[in-house]
Amino acid sequence: MGTAPQNPVVNDPGLYDFRPYRDRHPIRWPGDKPIAVWISPNLEFYEIDPPANPFRKSWTKPHPDVVGYSHRDYANRVGHWRMAEVMERHGFKGTVSLSVALCQHHPEVVENANALGWEFFSHGIYNTRYTYGMDEAQERAIMEDSIRTVQEATGQRIRGWLAPALTHTTRTMDLLAEMGFTYTCDLYHDDQPGPVHVARGRLVSMPYSLEVNDHYGFAVYNMSPREYADTLIRQYERLAREGEASGTVMCIPLHSYLIGQPHRIGPFEEVLRHIAADGRAWITRAGDIAEHFLAHDYDAVAAETAHPAAE
Amino acid sequence: MSLDPSYLEYPRRRRGMDHDLYPWSNLFDRPAVSWPGGKGVAVCVVVSLEWFPLTPADKPFRAPGHMQTPFPDYRHYTSRDYGTRIGFYRLLDAFAAVGAKVSVAVNAAIAQRYPAVISEIIAAGHEIIAHSTDMNGTIAAGLEEEAERALIGTALDVLEQATGTRPAGWLSIARSQSWNTPRLLAEAGVRYMCDWVNDDLPYAMRTPAGDIMNVPLSHELSDRQIVNVLQQSADSYVRQIQDAYTWLDRESRTYGGRLLPLQVTPYILGLPYRIDAFDGLLRWLKDRDNSWFATGSEVVGATPR
Repeated sequence: MGTAPQNPVVNDPGLYDFRPYRDRHPIRWPGDKPIAVWISPNLEFYEIDPPANPFRKSWTKPHPDVVGYSHRDYANRVGHWRMAEVMERHGFKGTVSLSVALCQHHPEVVENANALGWEFFSHGIYNTRYTYGMDEAQERAIMEDSIRTVQEATGQRIRGWLAPALTHTTRTMDLLAEMGFTYTCDLYHDDQPGPVHVARGRLVSMPYSLEVNDHYGFAVYNMSPREYADTLIRQYERLAREGEASGTVMCIPLHSYLIGQPHRIGPFEEVLRHIAADGRAWITRAGDIAEHFLAHDYDAVAAETAHPAAE
Repeated sequence: MSLDPSYLEYPRRRRGMDHDLYPWSNLFDRPAVSWPGGKGVAVCVVVSLEWFPLTPADKPFRAPGHMQTPFPDYRHYTSRDYGTRIGFYRLLDAFAAVGAKVSVAVNAAIAQRYPAVISEIIAAGHEIIAHSTDMNGTIAAGLEEEAERALIGTALDVLEQATGTRPAGWLSIARSQSWNTPRLLAEAGVRYMCDWVNDDLPYAMRTPAGDIMNVPLSHELSDRQIVNVLQQSADSYVRQIQDAYTWLDRESRTYGGRLLPLQVTPYILGLPYRIDAFDGLLRWLKDRDNSWFATGSEVVGATPR
């Protein structure tokens, strides 16, 4: 690995204003639903022998990391198809966090998601190529590659971003806005969309989730499948209640090599059944949430944050 | 700051996999598999029977479950041995109670040290597959090819001498392989390995020394993962396996046969406070109308090529 280059000392990243969870501008979702629910399947490709990034190792073991690699490969052979069938059965369209090289490796998976009416955003080229250490031209290059690759494979102009393996630079948000992205899934400070400070243009922070991400559920919090399902339902119930005052967002980020395992998919299906039957949810896609927020709420929220409560 | 330009080059960005070991395949697009008797779910139990030398080796890596305290780690040496002396016999009784034939992945050292246990496995009609020499026999990139070839050969030879049959199957410690392992196993005449966890059915890998089948022995469904790594109870383990069975059973009725692989460890599930739960799980699986207990070789034999 060698010695990693030094980063500058930055304390406040300056990404957004502090906005208390009190008396906020009332967001109203379509149909007067209190909560917008979106599912984000991560459709990924992990390389078996990626080059080293100076700041982060790809695999914990020497290549080939057979369990690490083949576990993730399970997604494209088995997990995706199982997960997609369950989502479709309950009327959930995915908003895909895509390793865009999947368009080359397994176009069958991408075509399936596109045919189901799923939206795509970029999750980098591979989940084994990180942004750490990139210069501006390099980071711009992976964004351009993402836009072009997904456009060619699906006809969709991507509007969202989740940095590959959540690796960022301090330029990422400015570049996204400049290149016509409207939302980022990289920031975890809120249960509602909000403006991100960017040099030019507008960029919305779209609530994604680490806490109810299946990766956290199963690999960080060591939950059983039924505990994870219960967690999602609690998350939903609370946010749906709070959304009566001002609309909330619940994202369920998934990795089908985890949720698509046979001991997990059954309990997960019960969550979808619950949310679909509840009736309070605007079951939608991230791009639709961003569009609605930009059209109806962005200016009001930005004006709120321009006048701190102290005035 | 910038990265070397090669970091933004992708020489293996192409259709299919980024290696040549096996082609991509969608489980749900394959011809439906039918297990013997028209059953839908092959329940394949693989027991890991391991001997951990008191002095652990760290090259290429230290095996999971190996010694942890400063030398001499009597705590873990004896706890692991408990599995072989006591826990394994509880498992054998549990298998006998439901008439299940299983595959036992055996360190060669077990055959040399404890021939009585080998005799009992054979007498019960279970399959013996190779599981390296002992728990210092780990494999990963960096292990010299000749050393790996010798390790594989020794493990197979010792088990063949002890049992009269050359093992058809192989499980690497921690499922860890080098770039050479599939080829060296095929070269040694191994018919199937259990290391790659990317499917719910066996499939073929291609090596310069010939084809070898991979039986995906899910680490996610193993007792080590659920009980030791994720720290869940035996009851939770049972519930999870039942949920997996229920899902695969339903899926098999539309898409054809599925594999439910259960890797179990004598010093984990063979403990007094856990074995009854596992015993109950086996009975529950036995009572399903769509289950088929099968060894690794039986599953491979019933998989169309």
